[in-house]
Amino acid sequence: MNIVVCIKQVPDTQDVKMDPERGTLIREGVKSIVNPFDLYAIEEGLRIKERMGRGRVVVMTMGPPQAEDALREAIAMGADHGILISDRTFAGADTLATSYTLAKSIEKLGSPWIIICGKQAMDGDTAQVGPELATWLNFPQITYVSKIIDMGDNRIKVERLTDYGYDIVESSLPCVITVNKEINEPRLPSLRGMMKAKKFKAEVWDSSSVEVDRRYIGLDGSPTRVVSIFAPPVKKGGEKYHGEPDELARHIARKLEEIKII
Amino acid sequence: MIDYFLTEEEQMIKELARKIAEEKIIPKREYYDETQEFPWDIVKVMAESDLFRIFIPEEYEGLGGGVMALTLAVEELSRGCAGIALAFAGTALGTFPIILFGNEEQKKKYLPRVASGEVVAFALTEADAGSDAGNIKTRAIKDGDHYVLNGTKQFITNGGEAGIYVVIALTNPEKGARGASAFIVEKGTPGFSFGKKENKLGIRASATRELIFQDCRVPAENLLGKEGMGFIIAMKTFDYSRPGVAAQALGIAQAAIEEAARYAKQRVQFGVPIANFQAIQHMLADMAMKLEAARALTYQVARNIDKGNTKIAKESAMVKCLASDVAMEAALNAVQIFGGYGYMKEYPVEKLLRDAKITQIYEGTNQIMRNIIASQLLKEVR
Repeated sequence: MNIVVCIKQVPDTQDVKMDPERGTLIREGVKSIVNPFDLYAIEEGLRIKERMGRGRVVVMTMGPPQAEDALREAIAMGADHGILISDRTFAGADTLATSYTLAKSIEKLGSPWIIICGKQAMDGDTAQVGPELATWLNFPQITYVSKIIDMGDNRIKVERLTDYGYDIVESSLPCVITVNKEINEPRLPSLRGMMKAKKFKAEVWDSSSVEVDRRYIGLDGSPTRVVSIFAPPVKKGGEKYHGEPDELARHIARKLEEIKII
Repeated sequence: MIDYFLTEEEQMIKELARKIAEEKIIPKREYYDETQEFPWDIVKVMAESDLFRIFIPEEYEGLGGGVMALTLAVEELSRGCAGIALAFAGTALGTFPIILFGNEEQKKKYLPRVASGEVVAFALTEADAGSDAGNIKTRAIKDGDHYVLNGTKQFITNGGEAGIYVVIALTNPEKGARGASAFIVEKGTPGFSFGKKENKLGIRASATRELIFQDCRVPAENLLGKEGMGFIIAMKTFDYSRPGVAAQALGIAQAAIEEAARYAKQRVQFGVPIANFQAIQHMLADMAMKLEAARALTYQVARNIDKGNTKIAKESAMVKCLASDVAMEAALNAVQIFGGYGYMKEYPVEKLLRDAKITQIYEGTNQIMRNIIASQLLKEVR
């Protein structure tokens, strides 16, 4: 039974710059990392295997050849296997085309026990791929999982963190869960894992090895387009007033009246 | 940056130890320095990352990395916190006697436990036997298939926290140092208890404690080597472990330089960053030169040990002495560059100064190190 973890390689946002002319991210010279939320997904996959004493942790990513490095990191943490879904025809995919391609790859892999995704990627921040993946696969989905309470071969019970509190949800398996940072603390790689990762060669699946309908992949399969990209305007640092409390209170009241707040 | 031509494995060890320092040690070092609790959560991370395996031979579930691997790991961990790093480095010190002198059964029994993260301690020092290690009083008297231990060991790193102890005790007091033997004693052995836990100037995340033996019966099979070899075992162990102390000092010195240089670039006095002043620049330059020289020698000696060079007492003493003096000077200078802020606990450099001091004292004071170096030198020169 496969514990499938879907991950994404993203630019380290700490040093991302934008090209304002072309409206794209400048990727050259920027370090790539595993999307931080996905590290929690990998960790949870490993914990399921350790707790249940069975299952195979298979990490999947769709991306260019260098996305193999992301899989390598997962192998160093202890994942059993890594699959790189990579083909020029997959390029330019939005979340819908990405989730379609991932779904078809999971169908090819077979016998999924559970599919785990990070709640969102920190470059796009859409939080769509997980839910869309479940839809394509026709599996139940539980988003924002903060704890797996119980899990068996065919059922899972989890706690999910929402704006209004916690939900306790049960589902049949296989299902897709997306996890948040409350769920665990990702482990560091081990030396033996790193040595294994050094030798690791990802299994590469392209559009000839995954059975896909070409209308749904890559740029053609993507109904959404990024029209432009810009950094939010920098917030101005307010105004400071000095003086006696009474005088200041009157001053602030006047100001608030002026801008019609009171 | 000097390329030390690290192997792929060595590079991995260095990277991993740095990651542990950055992500796990640095955020918690202030807490452990303040509370003097033993950093079990970080020891667990080190164990899960296979760090305890690096100096254990492959046939005993280790990765067979040797002294160089150990040096790299201890240096990086100590850059984060020398006290927390000592849980690991002290374990290596306690394990070397078993690696070097243990028989097959002893190695099979204990080394896999260390590989998976069990903490070890080495116990030689007593109240009246510091530099004069030959003056130990702890006795081990043979009684059938056991030895009965009586005495008190002092200032034992990892004391109370370690599961395995290598203890030097006299089996034949008339012979003095030549009557000493080394024993493996497990925590929980009846008659083996722990005394005072020391409240220290630095390396406060490390446990330093008394070991008390009162009619403690240790199985005879736990004797390391032969009776009378205790002192040789201790001295040989130090030859292997002193590069580890040097590594700890290198880590402290590295941290001192990084902190001082970063601060000097930010701190503005007389309208300019103090890094613009030659007085500061020259201090930093001296720190950097001496650190790199100490590092180069330490790595070279570690590599010599791993290549099987056994005549290394002088060189091991050299790296321990040199690197610790460099660390002390670098930490002092870092505090000086920070000025008043450097004296305050909100900034990390006062801790570096407190931590650096011990490296000039333990595993043989630097005065004893100079004795070893000089006596060997005088033997070599005719």
